[in-house]
Amino acid sequence: MESIENVISGSCSIHEQKVIIDGKVGFEGNIDWSMPEFLKKVYKNFEMKYPKFYKMDPLTKLGFTTAEILLRDKNLNEKYDDADIGIVILNRSSSIDIDKAFQLTIDDNDNYYPSPALFVYTLPNIMAGEICIRHKFKGENTVFIRKEFSAKFIQDYVSLLFQKKKAKVCIAGWVEVNHTQYKSLLMLVENTIFANSYDSGHTFDTNAINKLF
Amino acid sequence: MEELIERLKGEIIEVLNLEDVEPEEIDADAPLFGEGLGLDSIDALELIVLLEKNYGIKIEDPKDGKKIFFSVRSMAEYITEHKGK
Amino acid sequence: MQYPDRKMGKVFIESDNIISSLGFTTEENVCGILQDKPGIRIYNPSQLSPTRVPLSLVETDKLNGIFSEFDDPENFTRFEKLVIASISNALAESNIPVKSKDTLFILSTTKGNIDLLESKKRSLFEEERKYIWNTAALLSNYFGLKNEPLIICNACISGVLAINTARMLLESGTYKHAVVVGADILSRFVISGFQSFQSLSPNPCKPFDKSRDGLSLGEGSSTMVLTTDISILAEGQQISVIAGSGSNDANHISGPSRTGEGLYHAIRKTLEEAELKAEHIDFLSSHGTATDYNDEMEAKAFHWAGLAQVPINSFKGYFGHTMGAAGVMESVLSVESMKRNMLFHSYGYGNHGVTVPLNIISGHREAEMEYIVKTASGFGGCNAALIFKKDKL
Repeated sequence: MESIENVISGSCSIHEQKVIIDGKVGFEGNIDWSMPEFLKKVYKNFEMKYPKFYKMDPLTKLGFTTAEILLRDKNLNEKYDDADIGIVILNRSSSIDIDKAFQLTIDDNDNYYPSPALFVYTLPNIMAGEICIRHKFKGENTVFIRKEFSAKFIQDYVSLLFQKKKAKVCIAGWVEVNHTQYKSLLMLVENTIFANSYDSGHTFDTNAINKLF
Repeated sequence: MEELIERLKGEIIEVLNLEDVEPEEIDADAPLFGEGLGLDSIDALELIVLLEKNYGIKIEDPKDGKKIFFSVRSMAEYITEHKGK
Repeated sequence: MQYPDRKMGKVFIESDNIISSLGFTTEENVCGILQDKPGIRIYNPSQLSPTRVPLSLVETDKLNGIFSEFDDPENFTRFEKLVIASISNALAESNIPVKSKDTLFILSTTKGNIDLLESKKRSLFEEERKYIWNTAALLSNYFGLKNEPLIICNACISGVLAINTARMLLESGTYKHAVVVGADILSRFVISGFQSFQSLSPNPCKPFDKSRDGLSLGEGSSTMVLTTDISILAEGQQISVIAGSGSNDANHISGPSRTGEGLYHAIRKTLEEAELKAEHIDFLSSHGTATDYNDEMEAKAFHWAGLAQVPINSFKGYFGHTMGAAGVMESVLSVESMKRNMLFHSYGYGNHGVTVPLNIISGHREAEMEYIVKTASGFGGCNAALIFKKDKL
């Protein structure tokens, strides 16, 4: 196997009312804000101008917003073929909050109005779909559910996708929402063989990943 | 009719999460879909639920949706015509 | 012993199982298909749905009867029983060391124990059981599997992705064996959701047919045991999984692409990986849900990929759309099709109903097969494809 060096050429993490871009605080909210309130401020602060944002459920909003900030000025579509841009996201609670919200619309026969706008978000991979739609990414995407964040699994799996030529660049990480608890980390992972040029970054290993998480 | 139109505008904004849109920005006669509000097929399905839930009107054939949901006014006309039937 | 095709790291299917409305073993399911007896029935209003709806349901009494041979049915959810019964049946015929560090467990599901959200069932099991990671851990422990389970929750392509993920991890040598299981139950949740999308047909579904008017939902579970250890396989004919890829339409979260470009990319990349051309493919098992847009999208993608002449079927006319189970279940059946040199009829298909000409299989018929393709597409705009090969050991 040829030796491929994979690098993290960007990262964004959102948790505890903070947006951390490449390891530095890029935006900070009031700790009293609810998560949806906070994400709305983030959306406005980073001037995302994508009204569909408001239709998304909190999990999708978190994944979408994290990707949006991560991918600013990255011009991936210019550097890579759309079909070579992959997404790998891990999450613990799947879409549990929106599942519960949807269940409320159908639980009672006398008040049975299943909402399509809620149902559509009752799959965690919809957030990957929304990122793909926004950025015209047409590559492989997979959502894994996992008890805990695992830097090793992310490293191994993304490296395998590169090795198998399933993707040449990958947006990878963790996006989790459960009631008031939330945390995201998405990294842009490129490698020195496929990329003509890449921003200088950290070597893609468990140390670096854990540091960002 | 005008009262119903105003009420519908508020309901549409609420159920479709059109956060940045004010009721007065919606032209009662302008097409709801296509340009403008940027609504899509899921929104159309959600409007069907709105008619059922808030007005007790069931649309049996989704193909009728195109005419009914053409504009806020056409929705209001449909409701007036079918309510209580 | 000499192995003529002893390629290192090649991934073989060692054992399998299917549980659906057609039966509790792969054999029973194949029999149902060969006898053209679909398992979709029209059910009157019940706890599952306040309206009449066609469904493909696993027989509850029989499931509990079979399950009571292993454990107390009262202590497990419907989803867990389906998974445990399926894995147990597949492992009964398997020689892999289940409890070894070399064995990976992959669960493919869209909703897991989703029925536990219902107000009537909420208090039956502990809160944690609603979480798929917890269910997977319980199932993994049940069989004494050693590695942390992988759970793929990627809408209706989950099963195909699960097999491909296992294949890649086995080929790379990370593991030697994998137990891949796909499962989903029918619940009020899922039925009402698809109803709200107006995508359910009032009648059993008819993939690719002119009169198709929506999908039918089904439930079930299916297991595929994979291994790279040829010493545990019998000499003679064996089936391997040799390539697989996914893609995204980047078009709409709930509607299929109008062009089929995404699915085309998944098929193209899979053929490239296998170093095959479209003319090498002897059979294609499509997703074929029988919604207007899905079947049309697939037809365009198959045509674009040069597969319009290849015999194609959809298994959904027999047991509906089994969601997280579908990719595994339909792969197991496609492999059976290859083993038996028998193309299975695409049930429900009579008059061609997509704008592109396709070679949809009408009636079961014998045919030699060496390479076959399995595809899937799902919400979120995702698509995936796999290639299976008939090998000789």
